[in-house]
Amino acid sequence: MAKVEIVAERCKSCGYCIKFCPKQVLATGSKVNSKGYEYVVPVNPDACIGCAVCARMCPDGAIDVYK
Amino acid sequence: MARVFMKGCEAIAEAAVRAGCRFFAGYPITPQNEIPEYFSRRMPEVGGVFVQGESEVASVNMVYGAASAGTRSMTSSSSPGIALKSEGISYCASARIPMVYANISRGGPGVGSIQPAQMDYFQATRASGNGGFQMMVLAPSTVQEAVDLTYAAFDYADRDRNPVLLLADGVIGTMMEPVVLPEMKSDAEIAAIKASKQPWACTGHKLDCAHRAWIQPGQWSTAVQQEKNEEAAALYLSWEKDVQAEEYLVEDAEVVIAAYGISARIGKSAVNQLRAQGVRAGLIRPITVHPFPYAAFDHIDYSRCKAVLDVEMSIPAQFVDDVAAAVKDRCPIRTCLCSGGNIMSREAVLAAVKSIMEG
Amino acid sequence: MEKIYTRTKTIQEDKVSGFCPGCMHSTVIKLIGEALEEMNLVEKAACVLGIGCCGLHMDYIAYDNTTAPHGRACAVATGMKRSNPDTLVFTYQGDGDFASIGLGESISAANRGENITVIFINNGIYGMTGGQMAPTTLIGMKASTAPKGRIAGEHGYPMHMCEILNQLTAPAYLVRTSCNTPANVNKTKAAIKKAFQNQLDGKGFSMVEIVTSCPTNWGLDPLASLDFIEQKMLPEFPLGVIRDR
Repeated sequence: MAKVEIVAERCKSCGYCIKFCPKQVLATGSKVNSKGYEYVVPVNPDACIGCAVCARMCPDGAIDVYK
Repeated sequence: MARVFMKGCEAIAEAAVRAGCRFFAGYPITPQNEIPEYFSRRMPEVGGVFVQGESEVASVNMVYGAASAGTRSMTSSSSPGIALKSEGISYCASARIPMVYANISRGGPGVGSIQPAQMDYFQATRASGNGGFQMMVLAPSTVQEAVDLTYAAFDYADRDRNPVLLLADGVIGTMMEPVVLPEMKSDAEIAAIKASKQPWACTGHKLDCAHRAWIQPGQWSTAVQQEKNEEAAALYLSWEKDVQAEEYLVEDAEVVIAAYGISARIGKSAVNQLRAQGVRAGLIRPITVHPFPYAAFDHIDYSRCKAVLDVEMSIPAQFVDDVAAAVKDRCPIRTCLCSGGNIMSREAVLAAVKSIMEG
Repeated sequence: MEKIYTRTKTIQEDKVSGFCPGCMHSTVIKLIGEALEEMNLVEKAACVLGIGCCGLHMDYIAYDNTTAPHGRACAVATGMKRSNPDTLVFTYQGDGDFASIGLGESISAANRGENITVIFINNGIYGMTGGQMAPTTLIGMKASTAPKGRIAGEHGYPMHMCEILNQLTAPAYLVRTSCNTPANVNKTKAAIKKAFQNQLDGKGFSMVEIVTSCPTNWGLDPLASLDFIEQKMLPEFPLGVIRDR
């Protein structure tokens, strides 16, 4: 069991987490945060293995990982 | 107290050590080389740090770093080197970091001449860097006074969290005179001074954003920057209480010499000679050239004073602007000037006074 | 489920960094914070920030910091460390700051073997001032002050700071890393920790040069900037340990 949570206000939609997730858990969402960024959302949450690669690549500390 | 015979530069350095200065960084330039040389010998004896920086710019920034970490710190240089230090001084003033520096000034502009001069008056009192900050500027006229003012400078700097400039000249820096040295601060006193700065000193704090040390030589917020500038302006106004000047035989004077530093000392000897000849001459000597002792000039009896004679080693004259602001057109102002590294001669001062007396 | 990764407490929880999307300044400051926390060094850390985008950290990190004048961080750090040997002093500087305006301070501090740590961000361009040419700008790379691209005959060649400092005897540790892949992020963090440990051990000058991106001034989106690092920057600035003693 693993999951990721995106802190929407911290996300700047750079896409690094999406690119490096080995299980294609993440994608750019359709909603925007207060800064106008279309923040990333887990579109395939059940596939998450909790490797935290997404969170380590995120420059802005926008991802929390649970396992 | 025992008197010792010391060269001005070395006496300034020893006074700083005794005031608790435990970090010095500097770069060679004549005529202040004995200051870093002295510190290089002396600092290891007292557990202090001496660094010969790779430039004046680096040296003043080393002092910015050491002082930001709470250590009483100093640098020194001479005119063109002081210009290079303006960057770091401005940062210290902006971030409200206490530090002391000495300008053993020489001829200018440019590389000028290595001999004594007073060509840095505007730089010292008006704009020692960008941004309109101000400092207390102390101008000794003897080696003893250089010692006493250096010692006091560290207290002013810490009190105000602001740089303090000792504006000396090549004569004060290189001549030898007997001096009484101030008391050596104990290690415990120095540690207590440093400890008092710990709330803001950049040495590491518990992880708590509100109480971290944050040395800020600038602001992202224009509102905060204006607030900081207003606080600084209030500090500068508060220096009115710190004004120091020597007034010598001013009350009945028909001619008042206005001079600071070594020129004032020469001026005073001229006053003594003139008095012996029956000429009623007097002297006003600012010891703090910033804040400037404007009020001292109100003690002149303008009903009998024929002129104020500005005596300074600067062409064009600079100090005369503050003298004029103090005299406020109550009598004429004449000048007696030299420059280029030439030292003011008493004969020139006497001749200038004679010319005034002859109308 | 247990939380296994979250942002370091050394960045302010209520602040979002002022950096552009994909900017690796944020990545590196996060890694520094993680290293400080894991090594239990936060309470004795003093960061000397360079001018430019580096300065955006002052209002983002939660530990002690001083902003140095442009280029002077190594001099400021020298004074800070010499007068307070128990403090962990590190500079955080960009390429313009460390390798151009501060070249004298940088090389001199390295040559003295100052017991400090330098984190040197090399993205080949001036960020905050708007994309001007840096000492590390690649040949042919356009900049707002080199509209036709960097020309060797006019501007000289990119400066390799690790290799330049490797000519000196004193430095203890010179390493070049990047943050363009998960593996490189991990290596960067390990290098930062080693550089901090060197300082604790009194080994002297350590520098971690980190090849990063500037998507905004490179005119690339963040993902394309990752490719640019791999294809253009790393051949010019090869990664690896240049010195470790």
